[in-house]
Amino acid sequence: MNSDFRPVEAGNPKFLKKLATMGVDVHACFQCGRCSSGCPVADFFDLTVMQVVRLAAYGMEDILLQSKTIWLCAACETCATRCPNEIEIAGLMDVLRSLALKKGIAPAEPRVPKLHRSFLDSVRYWGRAYEVGMLAAYKLRSGDLACDMKLGMQMLTKGKLKLLPQGIKGKAEVRRIFAGKGKEYER
Amino acid sequence: MKLAYYPGCSLEGSARDYDHAVRQVCRDLGIWLVEIPDWNCCGASSAHMTDHEVGMRLPMRNLLLARELELDILVPCAACFQRLKAADQALRADPGYWDVRDYSSPPDIIHISTLLSGEDVLAKIREKVSQPLQDLSLACYYGCLSLRNPRVTGVVNWEAPTTLERIARAVGATPVSWSHRTECCSGSLTLTRPDIAVRLVGDIVQAARRAGARAIVTDCPMCQANVESRQLDLGAGEPALPVFYAAELVAAAISGQYPAAQQKLHLVDTAVLNRVFSQAAPAGEGPR
Repeated sequence: MNSDFRPVEAGNPKFLKKLATMGVDVHACFQCGRCSSGCPVADFFDLTVMQVVRLAAYGMEDILLQSKTIWLCAACETCATRCPNEIEIAGLMDVLRSLALKKGIAPAEPRVPKLHRSFLDSVRYWGRAYEVGMLAAYKLRSGDLACDMKLGMQMLTKGKLKLLPQGIKGKAEVRRIFAGKGKEYER
Repeated sequence: MKLAYYPGCSLEGSARDYDHAVRQVCRDLGIWLVEIPDWNCCGASSAHMTDHEVGMRLPMRNLLLARELELDILVPCAACFQRLKAADQALRADPGYWDVRDYSSPPDIIHISTLLSGEDVLAKIREKVSQPLQDLSLACYYGCLSLRNPRVTGVVNWEAPTTLERIARAVGATPVSWSHRTECCSGSLTLTRPDIAVRLVGDIVQAARRAGARAIVTDCPMCQANVESRQLDLGAGEPALPVFYAAELVAAAISGQYPAAQQKLHLVDTAVLNRVFSQAAPAGEGPR
């Protein structure tokens, strides 16, 4: 936490409205800390989960969108499951990630969105995830060529990976979904 | 019983053996599976984590395809299950919002362990087992997405589930009591932050071992791949624990064999299970 903190009135009302429409009631938080104490990845975060919720309630999106936490969240849903006020905290993380991408904010953990993109490119193209293509795209995008090469070779020799992709017939439908079907109304 | 079947992408690739096991078990139990024609990827974590609309519309297409079959849907993958449930919930609440005219009499979405742990099915499994998995101590590992968020999955016992333990007992294995049954293994981070996955997997495996387990059993293909593969990075020390699919154990116990081709698909040595079968059958089979 640093000097990026600004007075509460600096919070972005549009951001708060977005959360409200997504059913994420950040104002219900009384900072009990159950979300943070149960989070399996908490040790690697720069903002704790309860800090994320409180900063969101203040509408302070900038500090959130620049955090490592939003990218290191594994979407395990432990926080939202245990929240006594049933705040959709994992849903809040989803909103923050997509907002960061839309705003083009440099991710504090760049490899994570690169993997998501590689995975989704594969789904957009074939209609199903094609592991080998997805992994190759991710390796090229991240420049992280050496990591897990041994594991990859092992999986290959064991015949665990499907070598050729198989596109579905409804590829066009899937591509329409990616092209933003339904998003005409800015939601 | 007849069910629509949504295998999901993992079961076409790295978890192909899971797909085989599920189909085999269903055949053995007289459950007829109709694969959803032309199904697409559910978007997994990547879609909903970065784009809400895409994360909803991808699984919705599958639900609408399944609805034409007028069958409930069997889902072996925990992530697919959770995404289909989330999409189903959104469609039931307001189909018009998602440009769907009619979503009346929607299908039920059934996770494999819910199916296999039903009383009738368990009785049938017990009756069909030809080689009980005696003396096999198992840590039943659920992970996240077949359970959480219960507001989406509809699971009742999300902190203390028992489905895998019941299945393990039905095939004659001994489930252990242990601490990490519903902890996350960070599968969604395993490629980007292997250091995190190694730490979480290390904790999980250590807890399983502490409880006396000789192997882990799960119902999630991401957990299976992550918990086996990241043990290889843990370095020397105690031998790694293999991670089996529950359906794989049921298939083996019913058929009375655990074929070499199946053993080979594990990254961790499966000797602990091979032994159950080699003791019963003539010696000299299966690689060690």
